[in-house]
Amino acid sequence: MFVTQYIKDVFGAIKSLGIGMRRTLWYFVRPKEIITQQYPDNKDTLVLAERFRGEVVMPHDENNEHACTGCTACELACPNGSIKIVTKFDITPEGKRKKAIDQFVYRLDMCTMCNMCVVACPSDAIIMANDFEHSVYDRTRLTKILNKPGSKVRDGIE
Amino acid sequence: MYRQSEILDRSGHDGYMVINVGPQHPATHGVLHFVITLNGETIIKLEPHIGYIHRSIEKMCESLNYRQFVYTTSRMDYLSSHINNHACCLAVEKGLELEIPPRAQIIRILMDELTRLASHQLWWGSMAMDIGALTPFFHAFREREMITDIFEDTCGTRLTMNYMVPGGVMADLHPDFQQKVKVFLKQFQEKLPEYDELVTGNIIFQNRTKGVGILSKEDAISYGVSGPTARASGVSCDVRKLYPYGVYDKLDFKEITDTGCDTWARYIVRMEEMRQSIHIIEQLIDNIPDGDFQAKTKAVLKLPKGEYYSRVETARGELGVYIVSEGGTTPYRIKFRSPGFSNLSAMETMVKGGKIGDFVAVMGSVDLVIPDIDR
Repeated sequence: MFVTQYIKDVFGAIKSLGIGMRRTLWYFVRPKEIITQQYPDNKDTLVLAERFRGEVVMPHDENNEHACTGCTACELACPNGSIKIVTKFDITPEGKRKKAIDQFVYRLDMCTMCNMCVVACPSDAIIMANDFEHSVYDRTRLTKILNKPGSKVRDGIE
Repeated sequence: MYRQSEILDRSGHDGYMVINVGPQHPATHGVLHFVITLNGETIIKLEPHIGYIHRSIEKMCESLNYRQFVYTTSRMDYLSSHINNHACCLAVEKGLELEIPPRAQIIRILMDELTRLASHQLWWGSMAMDIGALTPFFHAFREREMITDIFEDTCGTRLTMNYMVPGGVMADLHPDFQQKVKVFLKQFQEKLPEYDELVTGNIIFQNRTKGVGILSKEDAISYGVSGPTARASGVSCDVRKLYPYGVYDKLDFKEITDTGCDTWARYIVRMEEMRQSIHIIEQLIDNIPDGDFQAKTKAVLKLPKGEYYSRVETARGELGVYIVSEGGTTPYRIKFRSPGFSNLSAMETMVKGGKIGDFVAVMGSVDLVIPDIDR
């Protein structure tokens, strides 16, 4: 009884292995079914999802103007403190003092791409960019200042 | 936390051998350490040492507000991050007494079931790999890649989503969502028989799993085991059926139970759950109502003083979120009842008296995610 079961198992195993191997060979002779992407080689044709959360960036228009008013909503929304906004006071042509950002400090090394700052921003000044190749040789380069030098807030955004 | 290992106490005295299983490398995601006492090849004692990946998420949550703490739970059970976020949102919404728009509810359930599918696919691949078959892992990842692509389109991330927020979901569905899910379902249903060809029908696989790692119904209940692991022991514990949340009470699906109690039964239950998830997605994908994807909430969420508890069924079992609020913007205390911890505690019962070779097969079938155990 035990011996027949044993022999049955051995032949059953060989048969089921054959079924599995047939499937493997089916893929072996059909390389089109393979969906592996040759990543560094296909860099030029690589398409990422438009909502992909790579890093926080602040888009500037052609006049070097952004939409950030320095309200610190993103700083408050950030769960791990990777955004720090340093504000200054500009003197408007009418002679009034107006609050504006001096530096938008963004620490990519602390960011978890949770998208909370982008959702919190009332003027859509920051967005998530698609860039995902973040590796650098020096850790300090991961602390970024998002507003470009000499930039100012766009007119009409309060 | 770390007790003195029994390596020094035991070896040389009574002929038992003590071996350490894991951790392979401190930077791996699943850092679990088993100290196994062997008598020859037979396991007589198994002692899990946990805490290698403890990040004190519960304590961290006390300093985050009710919108922010959701994102940390994606890092607990990273394979069912949508479902973890769902549990947190349910607890917060219970406190705020928010009405969730129907569209957001359907989106949540769709995402939950897609997550469950992705998680079970990865489990299927890794269990086959634990037992010694490498090819299934790549087959599993091929289909899982389609789900992560769908997530990437809509949520923007592939693993740690933070897509569900108190009040609904963070963004509306991507316009391609429905079409992509349909393509995925069609392809996955075509490929499921391949899964059976490769692994389920394999006699070697069956002989290695049948009658191995027995967990009786009584033991499963007394250890608080939940999810597919408990359902394979005949315990009816599906939170989706017993305590329905979202729109689960209006859906037609079966709770899969098996009375085999062994590794093979756990395998079968999970395979059937994949088919049930497909069935749920098929019911919902054409019936997404129009409307808001998020309820109107205040800028600063404040929960009234009290205690709030919510429970959901993750891919691994029951996840409970317990919030104690003092009325402020941050919780006073948060406790997560994670399924992995309870399932791990039943491991010794399953493998005691068995062979060391079966230990890996049992571990694969329980589907442990270590960050979920340590939190």
